[in-house]
Amino acid sequence: MSSRAPAILVLEDGRVFRGEAYGSVGETFGEAVFNTGMTGYQETLTDPSYYGQVVAQTAPQIGNTGWNDEDDESRRIWVAGYVVRDASRIASNWRAERGLEDELASQGVVGICGVDTRALTRHLREAGAMRVGISSRDTDVAALLQKVRATPHMAGANHVGAVTASEPYTYQAKEPRYTVAALDLGIKRNTPRRLAERGITTTVYPAYAEVDQLLSGRPDAVFLSNGPGDPATADHQVALTRELLRRKVPVFGICFGNQILGRALGLETYKLKFGHRGINQPVLDRHTHKIEITAHNHGFALRAPESGEFFETDFGRVQVSHICLNDDVVEGLTCLDVPAYSVQYHPEAAGGPHDADYLFDRLIELIQQQEGAPTHA
Amino acid sequence: MPKREDLKHILVIGSGPIQIGQACEFDYSGTQACRVLREEGLRVTLVNSNPATIMTDPEFADATYVEPITTEVIEQIIAKEKPDAILATLGGQTALNAAVGLHEAGILTKYGVELIGADMDAIQRGEDRQQFKEVVLKVGGEVPRSAVCHSMDEVRSTVKDLGLPVVIRPSFTMGGLGSGMAHTWEDVDRIAGNGLAESPTTEVLIEESVLGWKEYELELMRDHNDNVVVVCSIENVDPMGVHTGDSVTVAPSMTLTDREYQHMRDVGIAILREVGVDTGGCNIQFAIDPATGRMIVIEMNPRVSRSSALASKATGFPIAKIAAKLAIGYTLDEIPNDITKATPAAFEPTLDYVVVKVPRFTFEKFPGADPTLTTTMKSVGEAMSLGRTFQQALQKALRSTETKQAGFWTRPDPEGATLENTMEALKTAHDGTLYTAERALRLGATIAEVHEACKIDPWFLDQVAQLIDLRGEIENAAVVDEALLRRAKRAGCSDAQVAALRPELAGEAGVRRLRHRLGLRPVYKTVDTCAAEFEAHTPYHYSTYEDETEVAPSNRPKVMILGSGPNRIGQGIEFDYSCVHAVQALREVGYETIMVNCNPETVSTDYDTADRLYFEPLTFEDVTEVYQAENESGRAAGGPGVVGVVVQLGGQTPLGLAERLQDAGLPIVGTSPKAIHSAEDRGVFGRLLDELGLVAPAGGTATSYEEAREVAAQIGYPVLVRPSYVLGGRGMEIVYDEDTLAGYISRATEASPEHPILIDRFLDDAIEIDVDCLCDGTDFYLGGIMEHIEEAGVHSGDSSCALPPITLGATVIEQIRDYTAKLAFGIGVRGLMNVQYALKDEQLYVLEANPRASRTVPFVSKATAVPLAKAAARIALGAQIAELRGEGLLLPEGDGSDAGPEVPISVKEVLLPFKRFRTVEGAGLDAVLGPEMKSTGEVMGIDSSFGLAFAKATLAVYGKLPTSGNVFVSVADRDKRAIVFPVRRLVDLGFTVYATEGTGLVLKRHGIDFTPVARHSSGEAVDAVSLIASGEIDLVITTPSASSGPRTDGWEIRSAAVVADVSCVTTIQGAAAATQAIESASRGEIRVASLQELHQRLRGSETAV
Repeated sequence: MSSRAPAILVLEDGRVFRGEAYGSVGETFGEAVFNTGMTGYQETLTDPSYYGQVVAQTAPQIGNTGWNDEDDESRRIWVAGYVVRDASRIASNWRAERGLEDELASQGVVGICGVDTRALTRHLREAGAMRVGISSRDTDVAALLQKVRATPHMAGANHVGAVTASEPYTYQAKEPRYTVAALDLGIKRNTPRRLAERGITTTVYPAYAEVDQLLSGRPDAVFLSNGPGDPATADHQVALTRELLRRKVPVFGICFGNQILGRALGLETYKLKFGHRGINQPVLDRHTHKIEITAHNHGFALRAPESGEFFETDFGRVQVSHICLNDDVVEGLTCLDVPAYSVQYHPEAAGGPHDADYLFDRLIELIQQQEGAPTHA
Repeated sequence: MPKREDLKHILVIGSGPIQIGQACEFDYSGTQACRVLREEGLRVTLVNSNPATIMTDPEFADATYVEPITTEVIEQIIAKEKPDAILATLGGQTALNAAVGLHEAGILTKYGVELIGADMDAIQRGEDRQQFKEVVLKVGGEVPRSAVCHSMDEVRSTVKDLGLPVVIRPSFTMGGLGSGMAHTWEDVDRIAGNGLAESPTTEVLIEESVLGWKEYELELMRDHNDNVVVVCSIENVDPMGVHTGDSVTVAPSMTLTDREYQHMRDVGIAILREVGVDTGGCNIQFAIDPATGRMIVIEMNPRVSRSSALASKATGFPIAKIAAKLAIGYTLDEIPNDITKATPAAFEPTLDYVVVKVPRFTFEKFPGADPTLTTTMKSVGEAMSLGRTFQQALQKALRSTETKQAGFWTRPDPEGATLENTMEALKTAHDGTLYTAERALRLGATIAEVHEACKIDPWFLDQVAQLIDLRGEIENAAVVDEALLRRAKRAGCSDAQVAALRPELAGEAGVRRLRHRLGLRPVYKTVDTCAAEFEAHTPYHYSTYEDETEVAPSNRPKVMILGSGPNRIGQGIEFDYSCVHAVQALREVGYETIMVNCNPETVSTDYDTADRLYFEPLTFEDVTEVYQAENESGRAAGGPGVVGVVVQLGGQTPLGLAERLQDAGLPIVGTSPKAIHSAEDRGVFGRLLDELGLVAPAGGTATSYEEAREVAAQIGYPVLVRPSYVLGGRGMEIVYDEDTLAGYISRATEASPEHPILIDRFLDDAIEIDVDCLCDGTDFYLGGIMEHIEEAGVHSGDSSCALPPITLGATVIEQIRDYTAKLAFGIGVRGLMNVQYALKDEQLYVLEANPRASRTVPFVSKATAVPLAKAAARIALGAQIAELRGEGLLLPEGDGSDAGPEVPISVKEVLLPFKRFRTVEGAGLDAVLGPEMKSTGEVMGIDSSFGLAFAKATLAVYGKLPTSGNVFVSVADRDKRAIVFPVRRLVDLGFTVYATEGTGLVLKRHGIDFTPVARHSSGEAVDAVSLIASGEIDLVITTPSASSGPRTDGWEIRSAAVVADVSCVTTIQGAAAATQAIESASRGEIRVASLQELHQRLRGSETAV
């Protein structure tokens, strides 16, 4: 308990929070963001979209269920740093293999605990996401602040290269009906799993794959994954997507992939003040007029077209098909003249509710509609 | 989908009297519903027999029927009011059962009334165990292996299949009534036998034991458009086998991974859709095998439940309010989230704090009752706390319960506690299992061992173990420095707990001084539904020790109102009612009202009630810190800060703090703590009575047995003995001789100079009278005079009473008014006072005067159309009675002492919980009334005559009134003369009389035929007890003889009646009143009238004078 070393958290605007060392002892930097999920810390930590970010959990009791070998959403923990209020001393769950803190330490993740995470969250809400440093090695605030101010901003950051797979790999469905080529911008394991459950075999390609490589296996559709960083830097993927749209290849994008599709359709992206990170976000699906409670992790969003719900693009008419009920942020696009759609959130959940799972069924429908229609031209 | 335009008029059904398993949470939900429906422009008709509810205040509905919730009565209301629809999902099991009754009687069809919220099919699918099981299986969920049985033969063969132990649950009962775990064949016979009898459908479910599994609940909401959200997950710290209402629970769930939680959520949503609850809230319980994660669905409530109230308070998401809006057609996305204003209700709240609820038991009220916690709920109340960590929330919740143990370590371990006997005690779930677990860990048991014994999840046990480590550090530190004290406060330790560990710090006050010197003060965070993602506009706060406080500055004059804490017998909803009224009255005249309370069931802890809500323990430390925070922030904003603290309305809890709070500089308004003390202090009060020329029964105080014996000898037996400063007659007894007195003193060991024992002459056969009044120092206002039905000696809280008094003459009433005014001025009352008198041989004796809101305030307010608590709050802040008369808050002229002949009679009757309890052997409890209060709730019956009003009150409590059949009579010698007349009337009405020999002989001599019945002690095959148990008796009249106690004949008869659920009258006055009621009821004269009509008549006639 009191054996923990003191630690500090310094924001770029000079606000300081004090706590104790958690996980690996050391120093770390990144963009300070908060996640409001009450469950799913293991999924959060291993979500590549958090690359470069120091994540504060608003839920105060973290680590209670320890760490297991089943719930990782990728090959490692990606967060740049971890901020919690109260770290569990033991792991209590029948699937737990070890404690969360052991895992953080063994993966070299610097964290801080005992922090007034609510005050931090309120500050980020008011002042916006910003750069931050944590140190459990040296508690000199001024020195840390200087270092924080020297780190790069998230806006303009290209992090896709850091998280993407180095080589293509395939996730086999048991009884395959279709194949999908997924562009790995930071894909989570649950995505190919959700697809496989529907009989879709997924081949995951590195983020800088060219269109011919992506389509080499003659996939029935292309999936654009979630991922970290500023979508404004993803010019390669945007160009690739425009080519897919031109060829009428069915495209489904989520999160970062939604932003890429949006950019391919001519929309701009912008940085949200503090982003959407949590598993309780209400989204309205304009097709069904139903509300789904969804998992979000995005600091950037598509700027809503001025014409409102429908807009004209190089690829025909497009509908803003999903919006967030909290703040009207664009949460999904559906192309009406080409086979493409996307959502800004995470239908694969993990962590989070499964309300948006139907979006994978829509991919099947889209593929079936395209069967017989000329593609890959 | 916007509001339905075809609905113009809704009938809301309330939940009736407070009882175990169904407390004031349904006043909270019903009040919200009524408020919402009226805001939406609908006409609201309400039926609820409980006068102590805010929802039955006339301003919450267009027509309020304080009438019995029975099919016949509701039919009359429907016929008269012609509502379009009925909302029955917010009034607990009572309302839901009433809806089922109306449906089965064809009344819904007859009058073309629609059920909104949940329709009859959905109610059946959710409530009927077999149908529900099919629903769960259909959506892919798992259920315990089980079978529904309708007879003991079926039960036995099922148990053979499943193997012991098994759980037995009767269908359609509330709060798990009659449920139990059977470990042996004897258990099976007993529990299933009772269960078949309790179930209105003679149906019990026998199921595989999931004892010791982890237990969870989800609170869900659904709208017309099939949108579903999960409002809250709740994890029970106590494992399966302990009723949720009796468990320590925590929100959100603490030991589920996302994968497991989402699976639970998926299954929950699928069930809700399949059951087909159209709109509104529902609650589903799950069990998880800790070893394998196998998840089983236990049950659902297709309505707003006790847990919904808890979830609403825990999250800030007002389930009942939203449910009411959904019921009239809105969808979740159309309803704004009150707290953020900017976002819709279509979302799932996320918490950045931990909520712990701890149940409150009153086993001490029911000697002989089995205190083991089982699947039948036994707690009478609960306290909830919020903290930023589980440890903090748990410790705050423990001290909120106001039990002798105010948190860990505040009492020495029980004498002779060893690791072995502590571990043994852990094997049985009991009140305070966590205290026992703490002791076991501290005495050296490992977490694994403790888990094995009590099945509490290791995570919770480790949290307790961390507190024990902290305790070690506090005990062993050379100095309690800032860092250590900060850690203790962050872990939720009170100053008193730290003081208990470090005696040299000079007690709680010493720790407090040290803490303040070190600058350690709590900050206040906000409950905002969204973990600070959006700005909150609702000042709903809890304390914690962290960096940043969120108390918003305000320059308005502030008044703090201290609530009454967890419900318990003797201190329940009535006090919350008065506190809410104070808030309403003071808000109206411009004060910023600040509510402090820790009871999640109440209206007072609805964030809509006061301007600011602090969900905090009602302890000296927690209250003074709230005061400090509010006062300083108010003054910093240029305002006057806190100008008043109201302690007289929340019962004994805030009253007990009054003196210390005043000494600490808090501005206590209203009657001063000194005046309060003078009424409580025997000597001071006695001198005052002498000065005023008033008479009290002879009495004295004693601090030892010798003194007590002397006093008793001097005044003569029988004497009434009790400890000073109690509410609800705790420890009060009538003592007939010296031996019994010695026994009493040895049991009530707390006699000491600080806690003397009061001894009074007991007035046999006196009429007891209760008076509520107001005084402002200049003027006096008599609120109402209540004449008790039962004689003096039965606790006023358990006695039924009538207002206006039915037998008192004008001279006595004038004398009562005169005495009461003298007392009010003499004591220095500034607000409410309750006085109890006994009238014997034309002499009026003052029994006690309590210068505070009493239990009867809501009843008197409803019966007289005068909101006494509102007036009291205004007087406390300086208003004059004359002024309040002018405003119309009080009657312009006259008061409650001059009821005219046209004024209807209001009768208060009480609900007794005997049937909830059993002895360890499974026998019923003695249903006799005495000076110690035992009732949990009350009802009101209003009509033109006493008989009708009493009949309504009886119907409201029991749901039935036997109007023919067999009556069994056996009374004590002193009652034999008085019993003749009532029995004769019963015979005239067609009853057949069964009587014991002595009673029968008296009846015979008065020409009444009877069938003789052997006494139970006679050893005959057929005796009084077996006759009652066989169900042949419809009404039992039995009065206790002086030698009452376990195993006497009377005891056996009364407990047999409890077990058989036969109406049982235990006083001679009660028998007379019951006879009048039966007479009135059998003439079919029961008619309904709304409170608005009544008040129009009362206020109309008064103002017309």
